[in-house]
Amino acid sequence: MSLEHFLSIGVGILLDGLAYGMVLFIISVGLSVTMGLMGFVNLAHGAFAMAGGYVTVSLMSRLGVPFELALVGAFVLVGASSVVFERLLYARLYRAGELDQVLLTIGLVFMAIAAFTYVYGPAPMTIKVPRYLTGSVDLGFRTLAAYRVFMVAVGAVLVGALWYGFERTSLGARIRAAVDNRHMAQSVGINVDRLFSLTFALGSGLAALGGGLAINLMGLTPTFAIQYLVFFLIVVAVGGLGSIRGAVVAALVLGITDNAGKYLFPAGGAFFIYAATIVLLLLKPAGLYGRE
Amino acid sequence: MAGSERTAGAAAAEFLLRRHYLRPAEALPWMIAIGAYFAFPDYMALGTQILIGIMFALSLDLVLGYAGIVTLGHAAFFGTGAYAAALLAARFGWSEPISGLAFAGVCAAFAGFVSGWVLLRYRGLTLLMLTLATAIMLYELGNARADITGGYDGVTGIVIKPLFGRFDYDLYGHTYYLYALGVLFVLFVIARRIVYSPFGQALVGIRENLRRMQAVGSPVHRRLVTIYTISAAMAGVAGGLYAQSNAFVTLSALGFERSATVLIMLILGGTGRLYGAFFGAAIYMLLEDSLAKLSPAFWEFGVGLVLVLTVMFARGGLLGLVELAAQRAKRLWR
Repeated sequence: MSLEHFLSIGVGILLDGLAYGMVLFIISVGLSVTMGLMGFVNLAHGAFAMAGGYVTVSLMSRLGVPFELALVGAFVLVGASSVVFERLLYARLYRAGELDQVLLTIGLVFMAIAAFTYVYGPAPMTIKVPRYLTGSVDLGFRTLAAYRVFMVAVGAVLVGALWYGFERTSLGARIRAAVDNRHMAQSVGINVDRLFSLTFALGSGLAALGGGLAINLMGLTPTFAIQYLVFFLIVVAVGGLGSIRGAVVAALVLGITDNAGKYLFPAGGAFFIYAATIVLLLLKPAGLYGRE
Repeated sequence: MAGSERTAGAAAAEFLLRRHYLRPAEALPWMIAIGAYFAFPDYMALGTQILIGIMFALSLDLVLGYAGIVTLGHAAFFGTGAYAAALLAARFGWSEPISGLAFAGVCAAFAGFVSGWVLLRYRGLTLLMLTLATAIMLYELGNARADITGGYDGVTGIVIKPLFGRFDYDLYGHTYYLYALGVLFVLFVIARRIVYSPFGQALVGIRENLRRMQAVGSPVHRRLVTIYTISAAMAGVAGGLYAQSNAFVTLSALGFERSATVLIMLILGGTGRLYGAFFGAAIYMLLEDSLAKLSPAFWEFGVGLVLVLTVMFARGGLLGLVELAAQRAKRLWR
């Protein structure tokens, strides 16, 4: 194998992994922040991503909405409806133990999978992305799949926007304050409940957006809600609760390693990822950038 | 002063002793199980699987219901036991059933001891993630070493000698039902002794208030590892029986779904009550057998809905509701 050929394959694997990691980040970042804020173990987060995927499909195939707008639609619709769940169900269990939260959200996942299977059937969904995303981008020495480049770009823009929102706006400052010390934040007059509803909606909306982006990369069936859940949880736990930087690093490393592992060590790749996660959590229980 | 101490000690001893007394209602599940043997001879295969489900849920109740360890990876031990029993019979030709089960229990206990010793220093979300990741890692290990586990095709060719060298297995699973019932009874007696012992009381203390138990000098980590190991052994025995009775094991014995299902069964029945495992597993598996075939989507939706309702309104599960109703009735009676 020539060096050039080797590099070319390497770049392809890297880009695929990067695109995959970006989707993992977009879906998981909301979970990280909401878990950091309230310590709520939300196993139903993947269900919001799955719902986002189906909203995207429906908007495009039934109403003829263009892809980009459908993604925005999924963000808004799922984000807004998630607040209903948050107020009606989640809010009652903020003070309960992890077990109750796990059980409630597993119950919600089951209901969501069943409901979406009933409406859409268990077969995988596909969408037609716009023409400019189906081709490839020519870099001179090699061409790259346009859709992967698009996903990495969307991911990068979102990382930038979230970083700005988190670090440079008053809303971000309030969220950071509440993650650090909820009681102190409350006593200086921050309405943590409302802040949480807002963050929850934003996080679920982002998950929905990620779900829409993931359709052509990871496939969309109702079991999406549970299939990738462990990966979302790994991003959150390894990155550290409530840390956007941690979520970026963990998601990209996970995406690239998992993707490379599938090409290079198809048999043992997944095993290695879980082993690495366990070792990291044993050494740093609060994650890479979490507060101990 | 000394007098009141003595009376307090005597009261505590009296309290601990009184819980050992068998209540008449405790005979009920066993009478139902024996009655089912005569009443529904055609359903013994399902009955055997239900008994195995009860064993598995009972093992989870020890760690979750009594010690308060929230685990999402209990199927790791069920699967370890299942593969241990299956490989012993299929690859090494050791086909005596009871020693096979013992081997399954020992293998799972070893896995429980090692993982518990490392993982039980952590709590909360970290522990949840660690149990989940450990179980999935084991699953992926089984997947990667398909030469040993048979991969998705599973281990076949499990031949088991007649029970006690005398009772051979019929097509309808009558022998396996009685075999499973006997094993369940033994496991139950052990579990009952454990939870009503001072050690069991210490576990409840750890569940209710970890800091206080540490403050009074209770060896928390050692106790948690002990119960985790015992529970793993029980789950392993359940898995071993599963492998023997089905003559077949696949990776699904280790999967996340099995961990989630046993958790749901136990929650439905009620945690920390021993008999919750009996009711939860029996009702879940009976309903699954009839409803899941009618419409898988409705069954799944129903399970989710019941789970949400249980968490919201009936934290004690079905047995909790029964106890509540009994208390209300008693109050009305007076």
